[in-house]
Amino acid sequence: MSEVLTKAAARNIFFGGTVFFFVVFLALVADSVGTVSKITDKHPITPSVAAGKRIWEKKACFDCHTLMGEGARYAPELKNVWQRFGGDTDAEGARANLKAWFAAQPSHDPARHQMPQFHFSDQELEQIIDFLKWNSEIDTQNWPPHIVG
Amino acid sequence: MKYESQKVAKLYFIGALTLFLAQVAFGLLGGLLYVAPTALPDFLPFNVVRMIHTNALVVWLLMGFFGATYYLIPEETESELHSVGLAKLQFWVFFIAALVAVVGYLFGNYDGRSYLEQPIYIKVGIVLVALMFLYNISMTVLKGRKTVISNILLLGLWGVAVFFLFAFYLPNNVVLDKMFWWWVVHLWVEGVWELVMASIMAFLMIKMTGVDREVVEKWLYVIVSLTLFTGILGTGHHYYWIGTPGYWQWIGSIFSALEVIPFFAMVLFTFSMVWKGGRDHPNKAAMLWSLGCSVMAFFGAGVWGFLHTLAPVNYYTHGTQITAAHGHLAFYGAYAMINLAMITYAMPLVLGREPYHQRLNMWSFWIITSGVVFMTFALTFAGVVQVHLQRVMGIMTYMEVQDQIGLFYWMRLGAGVFVVLGLVLYLLSMVPPGRAKSA
Repeated sequence: MSEVLTKAAARNIFFGGTVFFFVVFLALVADSVGTVSKITDKHPITPSVAAGKRIWEKKACFDCHTLMGEGARYAPELKNVWQRFGGDTDAEGARANLKAWFAAQPSHDPARHQMPQFHFSDQELEQIIDFLKWNSEIDTQNWPPHIVG
Repeated sequence: MKYESQKVAKLYFIGALTLFLAQVAFGLLGGLLYVAPTALPDFLPFNVVRMIHTNALVVWLLMGFFGATYYLIPEETESELHSVGLAKLQFWVFFIAALVAVVGYLFGNYDGRSYLEQPIYIKVGIVLVALMFLYNISMTVLKGRKTVISNILLLGLWGVAVFFLFAFYLPNNVVLDKMFWWWVVHLWVEGVWELVMASIMAFLMIKMTGVDREVVEKWLYVIVSLTLFTGILGTGHHYYWIGTPGYWQWIGSIFSALEVIPFFAMVLFTFSMVWKGGRDHPNKAAMLWSLGCSVMAFFGAGVWGFLHTLAPVNYYTHGTQITAAHGHLAFYGAYAMINLAMITYAMPLVLGREPYHQRLNMWSFWIITSGVVFMTFALTFAGVVQVHLQRVMGIMTYMEVQDQIGLFYWMRLGAGVFVVLGLVLYLLSMVPPGRAKSA
């Protein structure tokens, strides 16, 4: 390698190339941020959705569940949990069933992964469900492949 | 070891190893919850166990990087550290912040995103620690000899601090939130951390093989070039299914597939340096960890990353146990092992001794490494079955699939016990025999 590449050339390639690729990356990210920011035109982030997201963060839900595939893998994917609970056809039924689900935790069934009891108020439950419903409406290139998540 | 201030690294190494032990202990608890979900009391749910496991990992690796930097920067710059007192203060602020965070986690005091669960005051504390560190190191580099190793290392460490700032950006839009979460996570572990790793490896190669600095530094430039040319746009492989535009599937697939190349270059680099050097360095254990690091990083970060990085594959594997398999071997191979290599190399030197307990240390190498490899295979098989049932056929729910792969989780837990055992041997091998020789 000593003949074909001097150290000065290697240094220039490193710094030049890094700047180049970072600029390309920034341009693409800027474009995506533009597109992604428009999601809220069709799917507005209501105060309730935003509050639901804060609960998601404060209770570290992602340390068991995945959301759009990201998070821990100890519990089901939640991007499409709204659809799994039938929210698309029966929104009120889905809300009632999700609330019942929260209320029944932890199951203490030794064969099932345990979800903590968070003692959420009804308002907080509505916020979390609004947050999950908002996520279910996002176009994720048809991911996940199946309703089971 | 030529400079008195290098000794401050010892504090960091001990702190790092302490947190490593905490990391694997909570790893065992997490592994236990997969096979016996009701084994732990209600106040210790899986999410808390996992955040302690992952946070302890990140903090001990960073602490190891800090220690490695404090050890190698005086030798590279040929000058004492700017301030040993500040380095000690920085250690205690960081270590106590880590303890406060962990205790807080047990009492439900967390807020943020994965790996970044620290409450806001701990995050601010981390920034203060980073500033103390960067000030100390930058001042040392500025007054001393500038080498490629110190420059790349410094660039990497500044990058670590700059990208951490995105931990404070929490937009309401989940998609935006996820995009910039990766600016911390991906641009750390598939970007600037690799610069840190490669610089430490280059330092170890110069010291242990005796190959000319010119040759090593040219290799270092080539490796870090390959890393950032592939890794920056490789971020795209996290932008496939999170609500971002479809073009990321092309960009992410192409560039992240190439991310395997810098890791292969690292294998070529370390082995050719050792052959070329032809020297028999007395610290055989450190040499074993260094070579092992490049090989396991290639398999863990490179091969296991490539396995599921192409968008048409990732469509099915995204967020399954395949990801977990890759995560474990990549972090261990690339970042745990470079730290263990550096600690193995530097510890006898800061204590003013010949290398000691080499055999025990090398046993720990083989036990920990086999344990993590076995764990990786177990999780890979679990992932393949999960992907097939849940993602390809889509015939079983999450929990039904988990019932089908319980055997692999038992194997993973068993492998975890081996890892902990190996780490205990490593810790024992670090305790020097008898009294230190009086200088």
